[in-house]
Amino acid sequence: MTIKYTEDHEWVNVEGDVATFGITDHAQEQLGELVFVELPEVGSQLSKGGEAAVVESVKAASDVYAPVSGEVLETNAALDSEPTKVNEDPENSGWLIKVKLSDPGELEGMLDSDAYSKLIS
Amino acid sequence: MSEATDEPLSKTPLHDLHLKLGGKMVGFAGYSMPVQYPQGIVAEHKHTREFAGFFDVSHMGQVWLKGKDHAEISTQLEKLVPGDIANLGRGRLRYTQFTNVEGGILDDLMVTRPEEEAEEGNLFLVVNASRKKEDFELLMDGLGSSIEATMINDRALLALQGPAAESVLSSMSEGIEEMAFMSSRKLAVGGIDCWVSRSGYSGEDGFEISVKAEEADKLAELLLAHEDVMACGLGARDSLRLEAGLCLYGNDIDESTSPVEAGIAWSISKRRRSEGGFPGAERVQTELANGVIRKRVGVKPDGRAPARAGTEITDMAGAVIGKITSGGFGPSVECPVSMGYVPPEFSEIGTKVQLIVRGKPLPATIASLPFIPNNFKR
Repeated sequence: MTIKYTEDHEWVNVEGDVATFGITDHAQEQLGELVFVELPEVGSQLSKGGEAAVVESVKAASDVYAPVSGEVLETNAALDSEPTKVNEDPENSGWLIKVKLSDPGELEGMLDSDAYSKLIS
Repeated sequence: MSEATDEPLSKTPLHDLHLKLGGKMVGFAGYSMPVQYPQGIVAEHKHTREFAGFFDVSHMGQVWLKGKDHAEISTQLEKLVPGDIANLGRGRLRYTQFTNVEGGILDDLMVTRPEEEAEEGNLFLVVNASRKKEDFELLMDGLGSSIEATMINDRALLALQGPAAESVLSSMSEGIEEMAFMSSRKLAVGGIDCWVSRSGYSGEDGFEISVKAEEADKLAELLLAHEDVMACGLGARDSLRLEAGLCLYGNDIDESTSPVEAGIAWSISKRRRSEGGFPGAERVQTELANGVIRKRVGVKPDGRAPARAGTEITDMAGAVIGKITSGGFGPSVECPVSMGYVPPEFSEIGTKVQLIVRGKPLPATIASLPFIPNNFKR
């Protein structure tokens, strides 16, 4: 299991053909405390680079783009009542969406942890 | 050819302090201003409601008007604003607006009549940063030639807001407790000469302090050294005023909205309503007598998604009836809150409406303003 990162500050973790993704710690720090997270319907199709979710702070709403394409299998229901989970634990319990990976090739060229750390330093 | 829009941002006298405190700087009305500090908007907002928040508002315009006596200067200024300036007592300040001939709002402002007898015939105005230039031109053109108008460029403006503001300032200054809400005095704070008024933009008790630019840092450090005081940015300033139901110029009021539509006709006295004599008086008088076509209201989304400025308001059948002019999340009320304009028949508290957020209609309810009770000094 390896976590990959995008230049749009999302992380994605693939197990078998299921990809779980969310926003990085760096992204949540930039956004500030979240007050609302809008997640897609289970069963809807996401395409890589398209809008997947919206995260809102007191000040502004920001789009989260899908790092990979696929059908939405599950979304993090806990964020409805506790959006700040994304701030507290962005890369574990603050995950956003699980999709059924439609093209594993999309993972190629994504950043590993070291490359992402360099990007944000 | 691309437009040269990136003019260098002006800095307030506290710019270095903002950087030292870790302020996240953004461009606002031509100034580099802190939108928040490392503790974040929610913490800053809540601290202000519970203790005291410190805000740099030096980007705002401070204007000094000089006339022969109060009768002359108030007569002149009343040609431009619907507020009652003639009956403004010494050491008092008042909220009013510059209006245009159509009765729209060119800016909103605070007018202070100094307490000292030696200052007879003078007024001190505080106007919005984004409207400084236009306001000053309006004053130069609109006031009689006997009135001298000066843009004050060598003073900073600081705000200390929150229930602990009085005790914090009292520990550094004499005579703070006796100050009434909407009164103003010249006094020394920690030995620094200041113009202090008991007023603000947060819905809380608080003070706004004009100080010489070169002494602003010293005063800011002194206030921030108090354990009850937290530095707050424009983000918290906006969420505090939104919960308090206060208008933001350019969002909730502008050249198309009248003071009556905006629900700020309380700032127009009985005398001024009947006498008129300000730009757009006819519209204001007509609206006061016959009603308005739209009204500013509070709007509470029933769910958790905030509805921000520009969001369309529809009736339950989906017909567009108005627009949200300010909206976000209220950290103290812990829910999304908005303000906007709707026709009077939809303005009653409890009326169900829909907000079109990202293409989807979300249920919402017309709510009373302010969203939190005001906590002004009585």
